[in-house]
Amino acid sequence: MIAALGLLAGVIAGLFLQPDVPFWLEPYLPIAVVAALDAVFGALRAYLDGIFDDKVFVVSFISNVLIAGLIVYLGDQLGVGGQLSTGVIVVLGIRIFSNVAAIRRHVFHA
Amino acid sequence: MSSTPDPPETTGPPGNREPSGRERLSASLRRPTSRTQVIAALLLFVLGFASVVQVRANDADDNFTGARQADLIALINSLALATDRAEDEVGDLQRTRDSLRGDAATSQTALSVARGQAETLGILAGTVPVVGPGVRVTVETRSGELGTDQLLNGIEELRDAGAEAIEINDRIRVVATTGITESPGGGLTIDGQRVRAPYIIDAIGDPHTLATALDFDGGFVPEVEQVGGTVAIKQSGSIEVSSTVDPPEPLFALPDSEE
Repeated sequence: MIAALGLLAGVIAGLFLQPDVPFWLEPYLPIAVVAALDAVFGALRAYLDGIFDDKVFVVSFISNVLIAGLIVYLGDQLGVGGQLSTGVIVVLGIRIFSNVAAIRRHVFHA
Repeated sequence: MSSTPDPPETTGPPGNREPSGRERLSASLRRPTSRTQVIAALLLFVLGFASVVQVRANDADDNFTGARQADLIALINSLALATDRAEDEVGDLQRTRDSLRGDAATSQTALSVARGQAETLGILAGTVPVVGPGVRVTVETRSGELGTDQLLNGIEELRDAGAEAIEINDRIRVVATTGITESPGGGLTIDGQRVRAPYIIDAIGDPHTLATALDFDGGFVPEVEQVGGTVAIKQSGSIEVSSTVDPPEPLFALPDSEE
């Protein structure tokens, strides 16, 4: 319950504060958001599986975000930032899909 | 974590003791606080915040994000060309403005010069009323005693002394074409108008010089006194010459077009 409220509070805070994205963060923020999304869906699946661990959640959340950012940074340095972020998005998207599929099986038994 | 219901940790085949995912979800929604939930709430807060910020930043961004480098370069080039053209146009317009301004100043100068000339000529030709320092000469005489000789002499003396405008009896402007004749019944005819004594001559110029010019040996005043009249000369700081003449349109003389 509180988790859902947290999400809601975050959205509202973002809407009302309307912060400017600092320039250096601009290329990394979308990737970080997708990576965090992946971690959240993974956590939800684990919770439904009964193997949720908050420590694992925190670590996976942070490491997902950091690694995604790192990959994009590396790609930028190598001159393939655009392609590499596409690759990261694809991989994370596949993972999110499979996680959501598992969650769906749990919730709807289908 | 401590408060989560802890069935056997293994995820084997769905046993009858293990709660299903749906039960876990509804249980977690019913039970508000646990450390797990707080941590999840914190991370989800971060996620929600970051998502909204990113979406907003994306909205704010213009539509060049997906453009390729070549397109962007072409875009910049076209913009630079447009800027150059606009700057050229600005320069042209500025030059035009400057030249127009110069023309206006020139015609302004020409106009003021012409206006000044017209004023001077108007004063000399007697087409404008004038005021200024000068003398008022009153000639008392019986009609018929003062002839054209004396009056013409007086006017010539005044002109020699620099009189710029001369008027007789407050109604006849004396100009270059003024003619004076003696009327048969006494008195004078000036420009077709009969004038009788006393004659009042208003002249604008340096008062002292004008007065001196009339009153010297063999000048206007002795001449008038010779024929039995008297002359009173009054110097004044403000003589008004209000009558004007309409200059006749020249019929034969044309300006020499060489100038």
